[in-house]
Amino acid sequence: MLGTYFTFPELLIWIPFVTGLIAIFIKNSQSVKLFALLSSIVTLIVSVISLFHSDFANHPEFFLYNNVSYVWMPYIGSSFAVGLDGMGFLMTFLTAFSYPLIFAATYKSEYKNSNAFFALMLLSQAGIMGVFVAADALLFYFFWELALIPVYFLCSRWGGEKRVQATFKFFIYTFLGSLLMLVGIIYVYQFTPALSGTSAHSFSLAAFYSVVLSPGEQDWLFWLFFIAFAIKIPIFPLHTWQPDVYEQSNYPSVMVLSGIMVKMGIFGMIRWLLPIFPSAVAKFDHVIIVFCIIGILYASCIALVQNDLKRFVAWSSIAHLGLIAAAIFAGNSSSLQGVMLEMLNHGINILALWVIVDIIEKKTGVRKISELSGLGAKSPALAIFLVIIAFANIALPLSNSFISEFLMLNGLFTFNKWYAAFACIGIVLSAAYMLTMVQKTFYGKTNVLVEKAAPMSKGQNLVLLVLVVAILILGIYPEPVIHLTESTVNQVLSRIIK
Amino acid sequence: MNAIILTAIWGVVMMFGGVFFKKTSVAKYWAVAGVIILLTANILEFFGHPFFNIDTKGMLRFDSFGLHFNTIVFACTLLFFLLNGRDFEKVGVHVSEYFSLMFFVLCGASILSSFTTLLLLFLGIEILSIPLYILTGIAKRNLKGNEASLKYFLMGSFSTGILLMGIALIYGGNSLGSFYIDAINLGTGKLPVLIAAGLVLMLVAMSFKVSAAPFHFWAPDVYDGAPSVVTSFMMTIVKVAAFLAFFRLFEASFGMMQHQWQILIVVITAATLLIGNVTAVFQQSVKRMLAYSSISHAGFMMFALFALNDTAREAILLYAAVYSVATIGIFAILIKLTDYSIQGFNGLGKKQPLLALTATIFLLSLTGIPLTGGFTAKFYILMAAVKDGHQLWLVVFAVICAAIGAIYYFRVIQAIYFKEPVDGINDTINTTSGYKWLLVITAAIIVLLGVLPGLVIDWIYY
Repeated sequence: MLGTYFTFPELLIWIPFVTGLIAIFIKNSQSVKLFALLSSIVTLIVSVISLFHSDFANHPEFFLYNNVSYVWMPYIGSSFAVGLDGMGFLMTFLTAFSYPLIFAATYKSEYKNSNAFFALMLLSQAGIMGVFVAADALLFYFFWELALIPVYFLCSRWGGEKRVQATFKFFIYTFLGSLLMLVGIIYVYQFTPALSGTSAHSFSLAAFYSVVLSPGEQDWLFWLFFIAFAIKIPIFPLHTWQPDVYEQSNYPSVMVLSGIMVKMGIFGMIRWLLPIFPSAVAKFDHVIIVFCIIGILYASCIALVQNDLKRFVAWSSIAHLGLIAAAIFAGNSSSLQGVMLEMLNHGINILALWVIVDIIEKKTGVRKISELSGLGAKSPALAIFLVIIAFANIALPLSNSFISEFLMLNGLFTFNKWYAAFACIGIVLSAAYMLTMVQKTFYGKTNVLVEKAAPMSKGQNLVLLVLVVAILILGIYPEPVIHLTESTVNQVLSRIIK
Repeated sequence: MNAIILTAIWGVVMMFGGVFFKKTSVAKYWAVAGVIILLTANILEFFGHPFFNIDTKGMLRFDSFGLHFNTIVFACTLLFFLLNGRDFEKVGVHVSEYFSLMFFVLCGASILSSFTTLLLLFLGIEILSIPLYILTGIAKRNLKGNEASLKYFLMGSFSTGILLMGIALIYGGNSLGSFYIDAINLGTGKLPVLIAAGLVLMLVAMSFKVSAAPFHFWAPDVYDGAPSVVTSFMMTIVKVAAFLAFFRLFEASFGMMQHQWQILIVVITAATLLIGNVTAVFQQSVKRMLAYSSISHAGFMMFALFALNDTAREAILLYAAVYSVATIGIFAILIKLTDYSIQGFNGLGKKQPLLALTATIFLLSLTGIPLTGGFTAKFYILMAAVKDGHQLWLVVFAVICAAIGAIYYFRVIQAIYFKEPVDGINDTINTTSGYKWLLVITAAIIVLLGVLPGLVIDWIYY
């Protein structure tokens, strides 16, 4: 039976990896498209099954479930160890859930060298899955970089005119960050308990958690890890790569980047940063939260005046992610639970926004807010979808973000009232820019460009429907997700110092 | 012992073979056969079957570390001969003699991997260098080649002089009056003045040989001016052999008083990394860029000398292997192109997909991206340095330099895949299917070492 020969975390890596390699050899653009879609659906099915087949009941003492470990580099104490905890389940599910939707939403798009395109997409999925399931620091680093390489090629090869420079900036930023993290990993490794019989230490997650570092060491190690994660999220002032890359990349790549890859940074903070350097976290939390809040306000203000839809979504995403990062460092049960939920919600909402922007650009050929007007009259279905999605982004009640943002702000409020107050201004601003955008593009007089717009395809309708249903379900009944990630939150809480 | 004697014999065979070989391609096959014999003999010796038992009065010691290093060097040479053997024909007519000179270089390398006295260190360095002075200038009508050769010769002789001076000081300074590196080892005591002066001079001379800053000034001109095939050989096999000698000397003689001279290594490493990486960013010619990048890799290999621990031993072997294979690979492709500037790579991805893919893998490896050997090598080097525990800022500095390194390597990758091809360039590249298979194998080795570095490292402990 499934999961007997390969455990689920492995399957989640191997399916996209192997199908990605196969996809290179499928020259026909239609078949490779279908192949990629099918592959991602298989991954989704495996991911869903994995949710119900954790060995939690048998081994409640485990931190990670379905874990498995193969000997990889025994002489330095690294193994191919993978496993899933609540957060891992959530994030692998988000990844598995997003890819079929991305493929389906852009099914009509044509690419040069489509075999390479879909191969790289699937390989990036394998890399991202690896980041979420790795239970070994070196393996984590491996996948962290491996996820970047396909995305580098995706964003450089397909996209706008300035894509090469924009992506290059992104690459150098993240590469530098990851290398700093590598130094941190090696340093912590020296202090892990030595494996019996050899001089090697261990890279395993458990060994890293058992390391006790002096506050002085934590103070600088913290920054090595933090910079790597902060660049990925991105936290102000390390965000400068993001708007350019989002603007220049094509839609599938940018959906992967903004929907899933930025979560790698958040995931990394919760999995590696908070538990290993608790005293440094307690020391620097105020500094970082202040930067996050500056980021929220700054990005929201820029989003208010953005004319380009892609840059608009990029800045709004920076604002939302700033709130998530602030909530991580608030470090209490409410804020962390909110972060977990918001990781899933933000993934869904931003994916939905990109789908809409993609549809608008495909229909009208422009994505300048000033050139669009009265799209609602032309395409009422799209208008309804957009309004729901915009509400979800503003975090109106009944939409998914309401609960998660409420939890995060509640946590932030417990941490410090003033921070919460300023973060709330960000929410108000998000309502302002979202509604302005909806009003400008969808209402008013239908102009010439919009007149020519073609109706939506069935696939796009279906994708948006799925996303909107997900938004509503999570808005009304988020309990399963909260239940799923409870163990991770408690695990992290048990380690941080308050 | 096998390696030293066989390289010398085969060098002579190749030299006289030049008279008898009717076609230049025959020389290549003889050279390849020679390297295969060498490799086999060296592996046999590694497993305890030496052909020759000569009493060297303890002046040579064949430990598994040195023999394993020989294996790596010979394997890289084999790869180099197979990939580039025919390219010597374009440079000059005396192909057999070029191969002969390279066998003498290998002889020097084998001495450097086994010396135990300073005299043989000197001999090894000279046997390694003198054929290279000739090889650098084999393109007789090429002015840049002549300049490179003369420059290399003058600077090289100068540094050899410094090395001799250092040896003399150390000989005079140690109480036993001995050349043996074990006898020089003073334990953990304080460095006497004469030995300290000798150490500094030797450090300078060896830094010159491995092109570490601030003694690197010859490197870009020589690497750029020499024929590309020779550059490939010099940058890989010769450089790593010199590094091994550097490492062996300082580990055995001065290892225990490392903290007294470590600061010199720190300065040299930092300068090498900075100069190599930053200057490489501004190069327009890929060949010159690779010359500077080879300086920056020397900076990374200097970490082995900085750390001088068990991990450093593993790291320098792995780094030597991975760096050599990747550089030989990228040069094998570069030689086939007509235009050595970065624009020369424009659109290679469309015109020559296989060359483009393998070139990308080599460049990714030189950058140090996971799944390629370059990552594991850098990882081991950094691990050795962190294990040492001193001067951690240097490690952080090194990774910042590695990120700068990504800038110039990726500029080539960008040219390969994201720039439009120029008409008339790279349309027809003469490649045989054997050459392509070899490139694929070379790339596969890189990936394999990226996933399982133990394939190289484990043999140290055999």
